[in-house]
Amino acid sequence: MKLRTALLGAACAFAFAPAAFAERGADGHVNVLYWQAPSTLNPYLSSGTKDVETSSLVLEGLGGFNEKGEVIARLAEQVPTVENGGVSADLTSITWKLKPGLLWSDGTPVTSKDAKFTYDYCTHPDGGCAQASRFEGIASIETPDDLTVKITFTGPKPNPYQAFVGGTSPIIQAAQFANCLGAAASTCTDQNFMPIGTGPFRVTEFKTNDTVSLEANPNYRDPAKPAFATMTVKGGGDAEAAARAVMQTGEFDYAWNTQINPELQAQMATGGKGVFVNGFGTLVERIEMNMTDPDPALAEGERSTVKHPHPVLSDIKVRQALSMAIDRQLLVDVGYGTAGRPTCNLVPAPENFASPNTDCIPQQMDAAKALLEEAGWKDSDGDGIRDKDGKKLHILFQSSTNPVRQDFQALIKDWWTELGVDVELKNIDASVFFGGDAGSPDTFQKFYADVEMYANNFDGTDPEPYLAQYLCNKIPGPDNQWQGENINRYCDPAYDALVAEMATTADMAKRGELAKKMNEMLTKDSYVVVPLVDRGRLSAASVTLGGVVLNTWDTEMWNAQDWFRIK
Amino acid sequence: MLTYTLRRLLLAIPTLFLISLVLFFLVDFAPGSPLSDIPLTVPPEVRQKILEAMGYNEPPQVRYLLWLKQFFWVEPLNGFDALFGSHYAEGMQRIISYQTRGPVFQLIGERIPQTLKVIGTAYLVGVLIAVPIGIYSAYRQYSWFDQLGTMLAMIGFSVPTFFSGTLLIIVFSVYLGWFPTKYDTTLQVTDWASFLKQVRQMTLPVMTLGLANAAAISRYMRSSMLENMGQDYVRTARAKGMSERTVVLKHVLRNSMIPVVTVIALGIPSIFGGAIITENLFGVNGIGSALIGAIHGNDLPMVQTLAFIFAILIVLFNLIADVLYSLLDPRIRYD
Repeated sequence: MKLRTALLGAACAFAFAPAAFAERGADGHVNVLYWQAPSTLNPYLSSGTKDVETSSLVLEGLGGFNEKGEVIARLAEQVPTVENGGVSADLTSITWKLKPGLLWSDGTPVTSKDAKFTYDYCTHPDGGCAQASRFEGIASIETPDDLTVKITFTGPKPNPYQAFVGGTSPIIQAAQFANCLGAAASTCTDQNFMPIGTGPFRVTEFKTNDTVSLEANPNYRDPAKPAFATMTVKGGGDAEAAARAVMQTGEFDYAWNTQINPELQAQMATGGKGVFVNGFGTLVERIEMNMTDPDPALAEGERSTVKHPHPVLSDIKVRQALSMAIDRQLLVDVGYGTAGRPTCNLVPAPENFASPNTDCIPQQMDAAKALLEEAGWKDSDGDGIRDKDGKKLHILFQSSTNPVRQDFQALIKDWWTELGVDVELKNIDASVFFGGDAGSPDTFQKFYADVEMYANNFDGTDPEPYLAQYLCNKIPGPDNQWQGENINRYCDPAYDALVAEMATTADMAKRGELAKKMNEMLTKDSYVVVPLVDRGRLSAASVTLGGVVLNTWDTEMWNAQDWFRIK
Repeated sequence: MLTYTLRRLLLAIPTLFLISLVLFFLVDFAPGSPLSDIPLTVPPEVRQKILEAMGYNEPPQVRYLLWLKQFFWVEPLNGFDALFGSHYAEGMQRIISYQTRGPVFQLIGERIPQTLKVIGTAYLVGVLIAVPIGIYSAYRQYSWFDQLGTMLAMIGFSVPTFFSGTLLIIVFSVYLGWFPTKYDTTLQVTDWASFLKQVRQMTLPVMTLGLANAAAISRYMRSSMLENMGQDYVRTARAKGMSERTVVLKHVLRNSMIPVVTVIALGIPSIFGGAIITENLFGVNGIGSALIGAIHGNDLPMVQTLAFIFAILIVLFNLIADVLYSLLDPRIRYD
């Protein structure tokens, strides 16, 4: 009897040992700073990064991405693949199995009906769902039982991990949002600000654009997590103030997107209270060449349209010379420091899709000059500006208003002037430049300039939709209210054929090859897109905060359940 | 007096109507789109859908009339419901922010307390510092105290708050570590410890703004005192053998306060307007930071509503200042 009690006691002691080390809520409070404060916690009503990332503390999808860009299971038992039978052999359907026994933070069970409801919610025609593209190409969603979600696509889908994967398409609770479909979406203030979720935390108070107060979700599936009992996500201020609050005063444990200039980065790093964490995703700062003529003398509706090819930039030698004159490493040192690296690729990652091309990295001023000579651009009147057939080599270079972009513009102007090009700079307020207003002449889509600079990336790990932006039929113009995504007005039937081929190719190695080929067609083979800097994410974490792994493929809060206090 | 006040109130109605018209369309026709902040990864078709759901594609005049109805009918009804627990406004569309997709007035309600607390305290502190400095500077004109006061006022005038605020942060938070740099809006004052915490987090923003406020008001106070010091009634008072204390603080001060009170009253709407830079710098997140955030995000309903509320406050406080004026100076009669 005694022995048995003792053995039982010992067994119990062992069983409880892990819990003693890691117990839910044992580490008290954690302070997180999103200087662009969250406006809502419903990612289906806002695609702002700040909103998506904060809501991912509460809402989760069936799967997510890890820091390497691999798909991981969250609410699902495992990631469905063709090998394990989860994805049908013809790639037209995917079947997810929920982990059994999952509970919402209000204690009710999570079922496949919730996933089906989420799909209905986001695809409702009057809802204006911000993540509608995640559910594109879905024919139907079936729920044969409470744990099974079967998604059938309209055709073969080589990348089926779109819906319900990652922070941008989590599952919301059907019971909570039942009355919020369609036009009613924005009347559901309480639901949008305090969604019931399955994530490691639940909301206790939401102050719009200011503070989100959270506490550990009592029904989180791992009883030992999260280590923090409460969390505050505070907003306001700017990137510099945010970095200071972690790195110098130590008031906050984690600050999102502390993108500050390299000089300040070095200065703040000496504070000793925090460290900068960085990671690289797919965001590339680039110069886009306009293949059509933006001449203001042309009639409105014909300017920057395919009717008139660009008189200067249509020549690949000019485009190549402009690219060769740029010292990308210097741009990185001036603008981004550790949070950037020079790149020649439009698709810099993931590895499978990234071309190894590094030809553009060294600046080649002399070769660039030679190329322009070869193209017939010579300085015949000795004023330092090249000309051809009596026309000066003049370029209008526009970008959005932003200190780093203006630094870049000034540096690039210097290099191009050295090359013998007359450069005119223009910067446009970001709200107009990226606003997409068809009535404004200054949007990046209208492209009433010769070259323009901005950054773009793609969602998740699959570049297919991103590369498909360069199709001939996606050229912006007056007929589509200037809404196309093919900003350069690039058009090559061979490229269109590759896009079509990729849409039906499932083999990852083959997809990688195709992506690399398309990337090179746009960059080093044609210099239509001139990539400059691969921009990473830079965030700041306190030295006392453990478990931080910066993930550029999903939200930065993706593993907040694993965060702990270093004692 | 009463008829005057009533007349002014009635006159305010067409004024405000005109202001609302100009404000709404000025903001509406400004370039920019509420979608400029969302990532480029969102495709054009989805963008169009979002705009439709916001009601952005309706013609401006339709949106204006809807907004007027919401502002003067739906929102007051909602306020009534919230106060008395009735359900008159149920099902009516409130003014919805593009950014948060939530009611604009809910956000204003969240923001008002910290704005009033921080900006209001700063204003009060500014007045309390400025009035004695102004009085003594005028009484001892060109003394070293006056010179020092003038210098401080010049600094307060000319140094922008984004500089003085950052300087205070670096000195008092980074080097000395005495005060937090981020204001905690969720802090509830329940006991002595939380009260001290509240005082500590308010110190830096209040100092930053107080200095700027004190600078302006102390100059008004000083010049108004100087004007009165040389008047005949002051000489008479002195000749009657009254103490300096009585002369300065009773006779001169009362008369000098008249223009200063007007200036102080006219400054009160700016408390509600918040302080855009200081609020952003210290994370106070009051009305000022809501306004600037809304402007950045092209959140038209929010900007229009906030700007119109400021207009109402300014019209109202102009009236209050006029009424106060006649109360302080019985010689002024409006009737």
